[in-house]
Amino acid sequence: MAAFDEMSGFDGTTRDAYAKLEAWLKNTPPEEFATRRSQADVFFRRIGITFAVYGDEQSTERLIPFDIIPRVITGPEWSLLDRGLRQRVTALNMFLKDIYGPKECLRAGIIPEDLIYRNAGYCLQMINQPVPHDLYVHIAGIDIVRVDGDTFYVLEDNARTPSGVSYMLENREVMLRLFPELFSQHRVAPVENYPDALLATLRSLAPRTASRDPNVVLLTPGQFNSAFYEHSFLADKLGIELVEGSDLFVRDEVVYMRTTQGPKRVDVIYRRIDDDYIDPLAFRADSVLGVPGLIGAYKAGNVTLTNAVGTGVSDDKAVYSYMPEIVRFYTGEEPILKNVPTHRCREPDALKYVLDHLPELVVKEVNGSGGYGMLVGPHASKAQIETFRKKLKTEPEGFIAQPTLALSTCPTFVASGVAPRHVDLRPFVLTGSDGIRCVPGGLTRVALKDGSLVVNSSQGGGTKDTWVLDA
Amino acid sequence: MLSRTADSLYWVSRYVERAEYLARILEATTRLSNLPSSYGGAASEWESCVKTAGCDELFGQHHQTANEANVHQFLCFSSENPSSIRNCIEIARANARAVRTALTYEMWDALNSAWLELKKYDGRKLTRDDYGRFIEFVKTLSLTFDGSAYRTMLRSDAYWFSRLGVYVERADNTARILDVKYHVLLPETERVGGSLDYFQWTTILREVSALTAYHWVYRESIKPWLVADLLIFNRQMPRSFASCYENISRFLDALGETYGRQGPSQRMARKTLSTLANRKMGDIYDNGLHEFITEFIDDNNRLGSTISEQYLV
Repeated sequence: MAAFDEMSGFDGTTRDAYAKLEAWLKNTPPEEFATRRSQADVFFRRIGITFAVYGDEQSTERLIPFDIIPRVITGPEWSLLDRGLRQRVTALNMFLKDIYGPKECLRAGIIPEDLIYRNAGYCLQMINQPVPHDLYVHIAGIDIVRVDGDTFYVLEDNARTPSGVSYMLENREVMLRLFPELFSQHRVAPVENYPDALLATLRSLAPRTASRDPNVVLLTPGQFNSAFYEHSFLADKLGIELVEGSDLFVRDEVVYMRTTQGPKRVDVIYRRIDDDYIDPLAFRADSVLGVPGLIGAYKAGNVTLTNAVGTGVSDDKAVYSYMPEIVRFYTGEEPILKNVPTHRCREPDALKYVLDHLPELVVKEVNGSGGYGMLVGPHASKAQIETFRKKLKTEPEGFIAQPTLALSTCPTFVASGVAPRHVDLRPFVLTGSDGIRCVPGGLTRVALKDGSLVVNSSQGGGTKDTWVLDA
Repeated sequence: MLSRTADSLYWVSRYVERAEYLARILEATTRLSNLPSSYGGAASEWESCVKTAGCDELFGQHHQTANEANVHQFLCFSSENPSSIRNCIEIARANARAVRTALTYEMWDALNSAWLELKKYDGRKLTRDDYGRFIEFVKTLSLTFDGSAYRTMLRSDAYWFSRLGVYVERADNTARILDVKYHVLLPETERVGGSLDYFQWTTILREVSALTAYHWVYRESIKPWLVADLLIFNRQMPRSFASCYENISRFLDALGETYGRQGPSQRMARKTLSTLANRKMGDIYDNGLHEFITEFIDDNNRLGSTISEQYLV
């Protein structure tokens, strides 16, 4: 299946937006590229950008490969994405407010009840529990793939604790240092205002009882977490404290942090810890990462957690398949961004179709993430397919299936030179009480193995700088 | 600032200081042990080195006798020794990583580069020259790290906690050297004419890089009581008890002033400082040098815990 190439489309004709990049690739001597790539590597290593991969003890600190060829998005393309993302995130927030409140979408039959009630991500403690400003998903990292000149699909919504934004920012910094002349030839929309936008969003979410100068902190599981670098990077850029669970305590339903000058009240917690681990009194009692009593303070309205507790329900891939209906129901508009056509294996007809077509489909666990627990039919061995067949038969409701998309490719440096590799895009959408902010661009992830469709950094993917051209 | 951040800053500095100290005693011991035995060189120097490093008990569990090879290995790289130089650098870097935003880029870069460099020594059989280079590398790390802190950090509580770590550790290190070698500093061990102990004294001075300083301060040949005086009372000597406590007291006062509150650690530091200001070598010899040093080490440890209780938990 031929894939759409970001630079040369289907037919090999260079698209206008890439004309100067192509000339640059052609006219720059290979040694020059080699030098710049090693400079980039040194730079990343020294500032300590690393990504720990679970299950790989040898390399607890490993670099995510960075590719120096940028991925370009035109002004009009971005404007479409931007509108679509805002619409989608607005709908997500209304949906979550609804299913934890009046449940009108269930009564209207938009989505089957059991898909919500029996969903592991549906948090019983949040039912009829108001959250500050009625917002749930404050920071969303919506994964987008492209299949041709006009069509973008949303692949996943990532409404829990999406990561990767530090790479968006650092990739740009590195590119600016390495290739200033390229930037002078292109009008690339800046992304450096993201930390300011994030801080403004977080501050806007403070509970109404907070002071006019709310204390915002970033809660990390600690330095052994795979995304710790990002946590410390963001805390630094935002100028807020990077706290671990043990730095916080709760007294009389108010959260405080331990400082050298005694306790200080905390108003907004940008938490990068999953729901399950956030409060051993409310959820997993064996968690040492969380803060005992935090959920009590949250429910009392004395602290804002971003994202809200219970957003995982919308990350479920079966719920995802209803997003077009959800967008229509809450916004009254046609969805601007499409969903990938999805077979819900919980439905008998769909299951039959999926079982008959396994070698050509991508099968995913409904609550999986990070590229784990999925089957890419065309690349799978017979044994892998049979394993999934068994899993599907035993627990069909645990899976969805999608056609194997020909994700667009982008020219990328590989061992043999420059070659097309599949890419996706994760823009970050911020929702505060004062509106939605979306920095033009996002994180482009690239599958470095020839033909591979898995872009996740935990599975050997790399990243690129993403250029949104000012029209 | 977060108590945990202050705690990490404090310990990053302590571990870097400790790594440098270990490098210095190894360097001085190597030099001493290379002397012919008629000049005071002796195999027992390696035992004394392990003792000075404060890990003789642990060392004894793994080795029967101490020699150049096994002491170097134990103090530089051993994973069985929690205070080996390698562990010091690793712990310092882990602490730094946890509070990276509280460090300046230069401080982080110094530690992180050293940590990357450390990997080059992994699993290799090291020659004497390699160890020599390693010791130089460790000394350079502490100079770079310390210099970065001095030149790039905002003079705020973060800086003061980091400095406190340096001086509390340094006071402990100087005291340990004196504790192990105090017997050669007692007046009655002096012999007329060329003394075997001469090289012991210069070794002590080398361990705290004070050999040249000694000559500048006293302008006479090396006398044990003057060595003790330099390392205990001389405020000009950056590793002396008095100099360490002058700094500790200064930084604790800065904290107290900024936070608008004094506490037990300020009082303790001031008390030790005034003891050091009011006593003379003569009284100390009368009351026992060894007792004095032991008491100082205990007080210094107590101050460490008091700082911790007051600010770091």
